[in-house]
Amino acid sequence: MSEKIVYLDNNATTKTCQEAIDNMIPFFAEQYGNPSSMHDFGGEVAQYLKKARKQVAELIGAADPNEVIFTSCGTESSNMAIRGLTDPHKKHIITTKVEHPCVLNVTKHLEKNHGYEVTYLGVNAEGELDLEEFKDSIRDDTALIAIMWANNETGVIFPVEKMAEIAKEKNPKVLFFVDAVQAAGKIPVDVKNTKIDMLGISGHKIHAPKGVGAIYIRKGTLITPFMLGGHQERGKRGGTENVSGIVALGEAAEQALNYLDDEATRVKAMRDKLEKGILSKLFNARVNGSRLHRVPNTTNISFEYIEGELILLHLSDLGICASSGSACTSGNLEPSHVLRAMGVPFTAVHGSIRFSLSRYTSNEEIDYVLKQLPDVIHKLNAISPFQKELKELKEIKESAKALKCALGDKRCCEQ
Amino acid sequence: MWEYTEKVKEHYKNPKNVGTIENPDAVGEVGSMACGDALKIYLKIDKNGIITDAKFQTFGCGSAVASASALTEMIIGKSVKEAENLTNQDIADFLGGLPEQKMHCSVMGKEALEAALSSFKGEPTEKKIKGRIVCGCFGVTEDKIREVVKHNTLNTVEEITNYTKAGGGCGKCKGDLQKILSEEVAKRSNGKKEKPLTKTQQILKVNSILENYVAAELRKDGGDIELVDIEDNKIYVNLQGSCKNCPSSNLTLKNFVENVLREHISEDVEVIEA
Ligand code: FES
Repeated sequence: MSEKIVYLDNNATTKTCQEAIDNMIPFFAEQYGNPSSMHDFGGEVAQYLKKARKQVAELIGAADPNEVIFTSCGTESSNMAIRGLTDPHKKHIITTKVEHPCVLNVTKHLEKNHGYEVTYLGVNAEGELDLEEFKDSIRDDTALIAIMWANNETGVIFPVEKMAEIAKEKNPKVLFFVDAVQAAGKIPVDVKNTKIDMLGISGHKIHAPKGVGAIYIRKGTLITPFMLGGHQERGKRGGTENVSGIVALGEAAEQALNYLDDEATRVKAMRDKLEKGILSKLFNARVNGSRLHRVPNTTNISFEYIEGELILLHLSDLGICASSGSACTSGNLEPSHVLRAMGVPFTAVHGSIRFSLSRYTSNEEIDYVLKQLPDVIHKLNAISPFQKELKELKEIKESAKALKCALGDKRCCEQ
Repeated sequence: MWEYTEKVKEHYKNPKNVGTIENPDAVGEVGSMACGDALKIYLKIDKNGIITDAKFQTFGCGSAVASASALTEMIIGKSVKEAENLTNQDIADFLGGLPEQKMHCSVMGKEALEAALSSFKGEPTEKKIKGRIVCGCFGVTEDKIREVVKHNTLNTVEEITNYTKAGGGCGKCKGDLQKILSEEVAKRSNGKKEKPLTKTQQILKVNSILENYVAAELRKDGGDIELVDIEDNKIYVNLQGSCKNCPSSNLTLKNFVENVLREHISEDVEVIEA
């Protein structure tokens, strides 16, 4: 491995920010009391939980901090929302084909073992939903709609605010859950001005440590607790609070809110630079997913006719961390369900690489990747058995470029 | 992250023998884009049947590249005959081992080599695709599964997936895989029980079974039984005394003696009156 690490895998996990670390440390050896205890030593700790709750509420725009329940991770938040359904007569759920496994595997479980019927909405080539189809799928017996705000692989944003409106208009009783793990801290989230009932976030995706998450549950929303135990979290989630983690999450949430503008400007500019650079340098590169509706830190690029794991291994030797939708990188043998749902051809699915930036990414790092990546791709292109196809692809791309040039589109000439 | 050996890393970082050969004497191609890996190898074979050069191109992960690179290194300088005897385990061993879930990469190497060698010998290369497809997701045939289970002594469906990918998609074929696996495992253990026994041991064993479970019964009716010979799964016996001309003796032999011996030795035992 190289000495230098260029970390472009922030949708997988992030570096814990210093503010979060500094704030959590006292709760290990100094203020280690249990916030539920009947002595001041423990009781004082409850103040810090309260503060963290407020900080998280501000990040997601909850009207009341008590609508924020702390959990152990994003996965738990999703489980809690979906498995907490209470009405035995409503057995229909709507979700999408491109959700995270923490939603898909739960709905599949309910389908298989609890008599639920689940509608899985498909996406178009850009990774976007058809809102008409969505509207049509809502029924009287629909208990829950679970839609992600931003996709972890492509960064594509779903119009969840609008969808919640559509849903409530057609069926006011339906519950609307949003997996906002990849949206929080990247784009503005203001849940109080929406019709969203529940919304899950994860700490370690927004520079808090691993092992802490939260779920927003709008006041008046009926949900059966998933983790039974003591009266913590107002009885909605038993178990002694992960105090240090929660304090860190609060701090990270506050920082994330402060950096939202930076994310939308500087981080986005770096992402765009990386993307444009790759597309102009490598003829077999193509972007997966809508470039219009996307979180500012993510780009998913396929390198046709070469395989993703191999690209990652070579990048890793250069200290560059990214991830891939290739089958070879996951435990199972199927490539990314997200890219498959978008109809991305096999020639491109296996060679897909996701670069996800953060506020800690620097311009120099982007330059470094742009300098190193072409050599890696050229080397791997040479190994591919699909030389004929690569050659054809190159010719097509070049003539398209020449055509654009001839038509006076300046963009084609800039490198 | 996979745990790749240093040798695997060395081979995917700087693979040996990448490319094509002009006018090759043999070409082998396996895998497909849809499955996520493909391998093409080219061989140069001289008139003495020695592989003088080998090159490859592959679409696949780190261990696929390493397996192909290792394969070419291993066969250059070998005779076609020697190359034919190469197994996927040899490729994995050459690399100091592969992660379990990546064993299919070594199998792919072996298959590409087989395809190339049979094209060299002028055999129809479609042979590989023939046979019932068990796993639709990855196009894996029954023949291939049986072969891989046998050669690598596999014991679980999960291992079959690791070695052939079959079962790694929708999972629909897992029932079939289990059936094939059980059959192969049964064959294997039958082979095991009998093979190590010498002829004398076999005779002793059969004799003791006859003595303990059969003779006593027959003697009750004034008859007896004697072991004459054993030949593979055929056991020749002599019936004596009042059994000899008893019209039901054949029935006695078939139903009773055979059942007893089958229960104690193996399902395919055949009893014959000498
Ligand atoms: S048929 Fe074998 S995994 Fe789908």
